[in-house]
Amino acid sequence: MERRCAAFGAVASYGRACYGRHMSTWISDATAPRSTWFLGGVRAAFSLPGLILISSFIGFAALAKGAGVTVVQAAFMTATVWALPSMVVLVGAIASGAALPAAMFAVTLSAIRLMPMVMALAPEMRAGKTRQGVLYLLAHFVAVTSWVLAMERLKRVPPHMRTTYYAGLGGTLVTTNVIVVTVVYAVADALPSAVSAALLMLTPMYFLTSLWGSARERAGHVATVLGLVLGPVFHIVLPQIDLLVAGLIGGTVAYGLHLRRRKVRVA
Amino acid sequence: MSYFSSGAWWWPYLFILVAGFAATDIWRFLGVYLGGKLSEDSDLLVLVRTMATALVAAVIGNLIVFPGGALAHTSFGLRIAAAALGFVAYLVSGKRMVVGIATAEFLLLAGLYLNF
Repeated sequence: MERRCAAFGAVASYGRACYGRHMSTWISDATAPRSTWFLGGVRAAFSLPGLILISSFIGFAALAKGAGVTVVQAAFMTATVWALPSMVVLVGAIASGAALPAAMFAVTLSAIRLMPMVMALAPEMRAGKTRQGVLYLLAHFVAVTSWVLAMERLKRVPPHMRTTYYAGLGGTLVTTNVIVVTVVYAVADALPSAVSAALLMLTPMYFLTSLWGSARERAGHVATVLGLVLGPVFHIVLPQIDLLVAGLIGGTVAYGLHLRRRKVRVA
Repeated sequence: MSYFSSGAWWWPYLFILVAGFAATDIWRFLGVYLGGKLSEDSDLLVLVRTMATALVAAVIGNLIVFPGGALAHTSFGLRIAAAALGFVAYLVSGKRMVVGIATAEFLLLAGLYLNF
């Protein structure tokens, strides 16, 4: 995912924004009260990535309903899990009748990606007196969309206001999508089937494009392609543990190719 | 013990808390704890990332090949074509998510309209 930085005419990836321009911006705003920064975070939630996320949660509501999850359970899942890929894995495990340990294992594996994301974000938010407890609380809001937005925009927020800004951003995204899931669940049956089909197509396309865009190294792209093929293959061969097997095999093969490429380059 | 195996009202919530909340937040907490301690390009993290990526990609593959609900009534060829061309549009447009998603959705709806 690339974005043009107007001030310098350079292309900067998300997370590596244009320091010079943003530095000068936040210094001038450093006197603004805390509420201003909280509201700034709230506003950031209604950006393009935020709207795409809402459309994906519309798809999730349809998915959860199809799997037999009730509306309250779907809303509860949205607030407590708050990572769409993991929620889709969880609903998939529920639908296939997986036992609790198998479901937990699959979700755990799907959520590993959150750790490096938090590791990259936490130092950005740590400033002087920031308490560790606040970071643990805010870490719950970390998922692809809020992470992409935060890595892009936190640079423009004064360091001691960053946790406030992220609380506004993350809190708004979670609250909005809990409402979206509840409302869409209620009206899902009234929709024409073509619209329902289109809604269900939103989630895979959002995942596919965001997964491809957020890949740090080529191995990520290899792993994506392998997973796309291995998922359906193991769904037929080993339906109860298809995701786990596809993730372990696809990930290991992609990692092996990554190591070999590096060795070839060094040699 | 599957999600629907118990009649107790609290069982699905416990299931979500254990298999969903705990399974995801453990990584978020570890991320805060390890933030700055472990290098982001360490080999272990690369392996962890490729496995997680392949797993989520497997979810995507299943959602397109074996969908549920109304999407299950569409033809396999139409879904694959819409998703593949949407992805090509995403790449060609310089990785614009909106272009990729909109293209796939347009093709799917057009295909349904034309009874593919």
